[in-house]
Amino acid sequence: MKYAYYPGCSAESTASDMHQSTLAVARALGIDLVEPKGWTCCGATAGHQTDRLLAVSLPAANLTKVQDMKLDMMVNCAACYNRMKVANHEISSHPAIRKGVRDALDRDYDGSVKVHHLVEVLLQDVGLPTITKSLKRSLNGLKVACYYGCLLVRPPEILKFDDPENPKSLDQLVTAMGGKSLDWPCKVECCGGGLSLSRTDVVVQLSEGIIEMACASGADCIAVSCPMCQVNLDLRQQDINKQTGKNYQIPIVYITQLLGLCLGIGPGELGFNKLMVPASNVLEKVHERA
Amino acid sequence: MITIKKNKTSRALKDAVELLSGVDLSVCFQCKKCSSGCPVAKLAKTRPSEIMRRLHLGAGDELLASDLIWVCASCETCSTRCPMGIDVAAVMDALRRLALERGAATPKGNVPLFNRAFLKTVETFGRSYEIGLITAYKLGTGKLMNDTGKFPAMLKKGKIALLPPRGGDRKTVKRIFRKIKESKTTKA
Repeated sequence: MKYAYYPGCSAESTASDMHQSTLAVARALGIDLVEPKGWTCCGATAGHQTDRLLAVSLPAANLTKVQDMKLDMMVNCAACYNRMKVANHEISSHPAIRKGVRDALDRDYDGSVKVHHLVEVLLQDVGLPTITKSLKRSLNGLKVACYYGCLLVRPPEILKFDDPENPKSLDQLVTAMGGKSLDWPCKVECCGGGLSLSRTDVVVQLSEGIIEMACASGADCIAVSCPMCQVNLDLRQQDINKQTGKNYQIPIVYITQLLGLCLGIGPGELGFNKLMVPASNVLEKVHERA
Repeated sequence: MITIKKNKTSRALKDAVELLSGVDLSVCFQCKKCSSGCPVAKLAKTRPSEIMRRLHLGAGDELLASDLIWVCASCETCSTRCPMGIDVAAVMDALRRLALERGAATPKGNVPLFNRAFLKTVETFGRSYEIGLITAYKLGTGKLMNDTGKFPAMLKKGKIALLPPRGGDRKTVKRIFRKIKESKTTKA
């Protein structure tokens, strides 16, 4: 099982914990990941808010690199995953966009490189039976609120990731790990995404709603698969507490960090030390499988 | 009820939005599902369904100064839930691009400045560079020290990279930016 792994820019900075845990989990499960040489930014939200052709050409520059490797692309960052799939869709359904991309890249691209999210690779290619067999430790009933956010599930007709209103893929992984995945209403609510710096007030308000609901549902932690969700819920928790006078202390962990723990990998290698709200309750709960 | 002054109507904005977004605004029957699901509607003066209606009625460029355009987080709940399959998020993207092109006033916050700073680091380094982006953005807002209290802890934890990214194919990215600027000048 071999994929061209596109880490995305945050992997080198605010989401280095996501990157570390992705690599560690892949190694433990025998997934071979190769980074495309010279990969570049997907353009993110700023790209598509500014120019349609720019928003398609930036991902296409990476998709063509992967095409040359004759591999499928695997992405863990929900935002990059979204932009890659939307770019493929735009290029294959609009000849004018395809022509514009050809001019920008000096090369034709038909939008055919397959793009998978890591969670899809885990569930569809590796499969839950193999994952379950590889587990050394259990989440031991840890109550996890799985939070999907926006970019993993929308737009559903292009991403085809999961049910856009009540996705279950992260929950399936948590259940397989021996955790208790919670039924809660904020799975696909928006945290404010890319407005973190430009409209911090909006992010604080939206993220508080999500954290409040997770706590009210009895969650020990929130599991995410998007670097923007992680940063907004984790890093902004302090601001939320300051502005609301509340005292939330709920860890926001990547699903790959939880899976890594259960595969027997140490918390240091999984980047647990990088979380702003410490996940000590999670680490204490995880036990060897009976 | 949404009304529009007669002398203020123009087809130009509706046509430009439909061309940029590929959306047929006339199929909207104002069920307001986009507004009920919108996470930021409560924080803006204008709701998505109202934007759709005003566009359809022939609103002019004054609509480009609506606060919703820049508080929209592009979560795409509206597009996902629209019973007529209208890509409302694409309409919002089109309105943002037109607002930039036509120099419309930006209400609260400074999302265009943030987007420019973000894309500038991408154009320069091939990948986004958070510290460069944050500095450029804060210099632009004139509030350099605002919201920087977390920096020491983030640096210590390795939660943010100090140095600019290396290893990205800068040549290709520079070409993309240059080609897109060129295609805009030929059109104009």
